Amino acid sequence: MAKKPITVTVDGVSCTDDVEPRTLLVQYLRDQLGKTGTLVGCDTTNCGACTVHLDGRSVKSCTMFAVQADGHAVTTIEGIASDDGALHPMQQAFHDSHALQCGFCTPGMIMQSLDIVTEHPDPDEATVRENLEGNLCRCTGYQNIVKAVQAGARQMAGGTPDATEAGAA
Amino acid sequence: MIPTAFEYESPTTVEDALRLLAEGGEDVKVLAGGQSLIPVLKLRLAGPELIVDLGRIEGLRGVREDGDALVIGATTPHHEVATSALVREHAALLVEAAGTVADPQVRHRGTFGGALVHADPAGDLPAPALALGASFEIAGPAGVRTVAAEDFFVDLFTTAVGEDEILTAVRVPKRTGWTAAYEKFVRVAQQWSIVAVAATVRVEDGVIADARLGLTNMGSTPIRPAAVEQNLVGLAPVGEAVEGAVADVAAGTTPPDDLNGTADYRRHLARVLARRAVVRAAGA
Repeated sequence: MAKKPITVTVDGVSCTDDVEPRTLLVQYLRDQLGKTGTLVGCDTTNCGACTVHLDGRSVKSCTMFAVQADGHAVTTIEGIASDDGALHPMQQAFHDSHALQCGFCTPGMIMQSLDIVTEHPDPDEATVRENLEGNLCRCTGYQNIVKAVQAGARQMAGGTPDATEAGAA
Repeated sequence: MIPTAFEYESPTTVEDALRLLAEGGEDVKVLAGGQSLIPVLKLRLAGPELIVDLGRIEGLRGVREDGDALVIGATTPHHEVATSALVREHAALLVEAAGTVADPQVRHRGTFGGALVHADPAGDLPAPALALGASFEIAGPAGVRTVAAEDFFVDLFTTAVGEDEILTAVRVPKRTGWTAAYEKFVRVAQQWSIVAVAATVRVEDGVIADARLGLTNMGSTPIRPAAVEQNLVGLAPVGEAVEGAVADVAAGTTPPDDLNGTADYRRHLARVLARRAVVRAAGA
């Protein structure tokens, strides 16, 4: 089948490539662009490890074709830290709160957490849990992930994360 | 998992999309948000020669008012329906139901029309669409026709939309001032409904003046329990009175019998969820 030319802005960089129509967005990101920070977990739209942002909102990149992203902007976990390498406040919050064990779900968790903050700048626990419905973690039991999202949101709003909560293991 | 190879077209007008469908014959699939189709393609349960992506047809997306109806474009994402001020004001039941579909990421991509045409018996939009008396605008080679909700859902994964047709919009009669609840029973997060009950009511002077209900996953198509709706009229929306009125909500239904629950268990769930939905809707 004929390849299609696409132009996608990925982490702020315009990329023009030829892809097969059946190429999934996550394959394009990982195999063609080398953006292996975005992971494939279940490959069945359940686990959320492949979550990226499309035009600023979270999507599962295993359940979208690269051709559908033509002309759009994609942000991956590799595009959120500062140019000088400083972690994004949400990444830092996950680090500080011990919000990961094996780390496989973390890129997707962080991208979905940022999506939560766009609609809920100061989310309560229930809001965080409801909106992480599409992201599975098989290690942590979610407690510290929820704490991290709330701490990261406060940090992004310009405040300081609640030290007792953020530091609890 | 990688789908079989296919040709891909992304027309920008409904006319071009219809032409591609006509030329493509039987081996064509229409792609909207892809949240049901892409998993099917990845599992290779389908292997079309051609995929026609409706995602670049501007006019198919968005919610607008048209007289006494809301018109919801077929490719409007669930998230947009669930957060629309117009939908909240005139069709509150859809805010409730669209907000429970799958998970946030899927709601950003999955579309209102796509889910309705997919017509999964456990999907969360068919029963509310039926309860609200929605009608479906379907474009085909002979022009646009309108199909009522009771004629739209034909069977499991089957609607009135033909192979050479496209659902373009759903018209929902405004029910301004009606309140609503969608009670969905699942064992784990992100699951398809084992059973769900959609209810929207109009309360006047403390009693139910009007009620419309829809049942999800109690048969191969959504079900509107008309007798129960009648029973509810004139009742105070409190638990005991409502419980009696909805006692026969599962009468005549043919729910599935599977690992998630027996048919009898689902009939029980329908009664419990109907009571909860009506009471919560009336108190909302």
